[in-house]
Amino acid sequence: MSNKMHVKLNVNGEDHEFLAEPRELLIYALREKLNLTGPHVGCETSHCGACTVTMNGKSVKSCTVFVAQADGAEITTIEGLGSPGALHVLQEAFKEHHGLQCGFCTPGMITRAAKLLEENPNPTEAEVRFGIAGNICRCTGYQNIVKSILAAATELNAAKEAAQ
Amino acid sequence: MIPAAFEYYRPKDMAGVIALLQEHGDDARVVAGGHSLIPMMKLRMAEVPHLIDLQGIDGLGGITIKDGAVRIGAMTTQHEIITSQALADAAPIMKEAALQIADPQVRYMGTVGGNVANGDPGNDMPGLMQCLDAQFHLTGPDGDRAVAARDFYEAAYMTERADDEVLTAVTFATPVGGHAYEKQKRKIGDYATAAAAVQISKAGGKVATASIAMTNLSDTPIWSQAAGAALLGTDCGEAANKAAVAAMLDDIDPTEDNRGPVAFKRHAAGIVLGRAIARAWSRA
Repeated sequence: MSNKMHVKLNVNGEDHEFLAEPRELLIYALREKLNLTGPHVGCETSHCGACTVTMNGKSVKSCTVFVAQADGAEITTIEGLGSPGALHVLQEAFKEHHGLQCGFCTPGMITRAAKLLEENPNPTEAEVRFGIAGNICRCTGYQNIVKSILAAATELNAAKEAAQ
Repeated sequence: MIPAAFEYYRPKDMAGVIALLQEHGDDARVVAGGHSLIPMMKLRMAEVPHLIDLQGIDGLGGITIKDGAVRIGAMTTQHEIITSQALADAAPIMKEAALQIADPQVRYMGTVGGNVANGDPGNDMPGLMQCLDAQFHLTGPDGDRAVAARDFYEAAYMTERADDEVLTAVTFATPVGGHAYEKQKRKIGDYATAAAAVQISKAGGKVATASIAMTNLSDTPIWSQAAGAALLGTDCGEAANKAAVAAMLDDIDPTEDNRGPVAFKRHAAGIVLGRAIARAWSRA
């Protein structure tokens, strides 16, 4: 029991290989083995969404994935979306529209929102609210988060149009 | 919130899965999306010394609609249920129910097979499958067999599936008439306080067929034959609706928990079924 296994992950475009017990949760592998501390451990019970990352094109709660299941997966965390010098459109919109207060839920919120806008580039307010229903914020009352995501959608669509 | 240690396997074919299940018996469990099993393992309410991941097996996914029948592979996710236009056309109750399960992240991982095979009374698909009179397809060492959803559930987490069998698909006849899946829950992501799955067909302004199943109101899903029968031949008006609700209330057996006392659950069950019948009839 508790034999370690070789795990390969591609995270934010970089290949990683490490030894881990199969039962290790993906969130801990990301935070403690790869030092990617953007995704947060909130509730650790699949409710809050602070640990949200994109895995093989799906928004997932990385507290509810064993690292063994993720072996071979492609993962994007908040660190892969933007950087302090070059913010992602969503990060810029959250900053501009006060989409965060304490910031704890923000990495999960933005990672989820990025996937949502990829699948539905023109969401209604109701669709945004339904799409981020798996992410809990205890500060903002969601109003400004929704505003930020809608603003980012407009921004992304304008950029797409300009590029055509 | 770390589960007990386990051995992890990712076999490449079903023979490999069955061999592992035969070797380890009830010490082994298969995992698809894991969003019922992993939380239970983390809480140490389920101990799984040997975890067999199905993600490497081909042919367990996909939705096929052909000759009046729907086949949904066990590894089909709730997200795929929601985004399949063909399924929304053939059996719209599937999408209506899946949209009320958990939250977006969980629906990307959670599968139909896991939802029906786990035997958790809180899961929504078992009741829905009973409403649709679905068949569950099992593969084991002695080959394949099918079990009716209405015969599958014995008690909480206890099903007809043998320890060395894997549920590979669900099938059902394309439903006719109007549908509704109505669920009362405390918050997004919660299990139902009460939920109702209803399919009703109409002929000559009267109810021709009606199928009603309830979720999380007993230690198994409850297909209430009497509730459906109470609607047959009626105009599905207020009196018939009330009679169906009364018949359903005779069949359920909720227990008190953090979603409320028994009286409240019975009240909620009546409300959700009343609404579901009205909505299904309006679409019939």
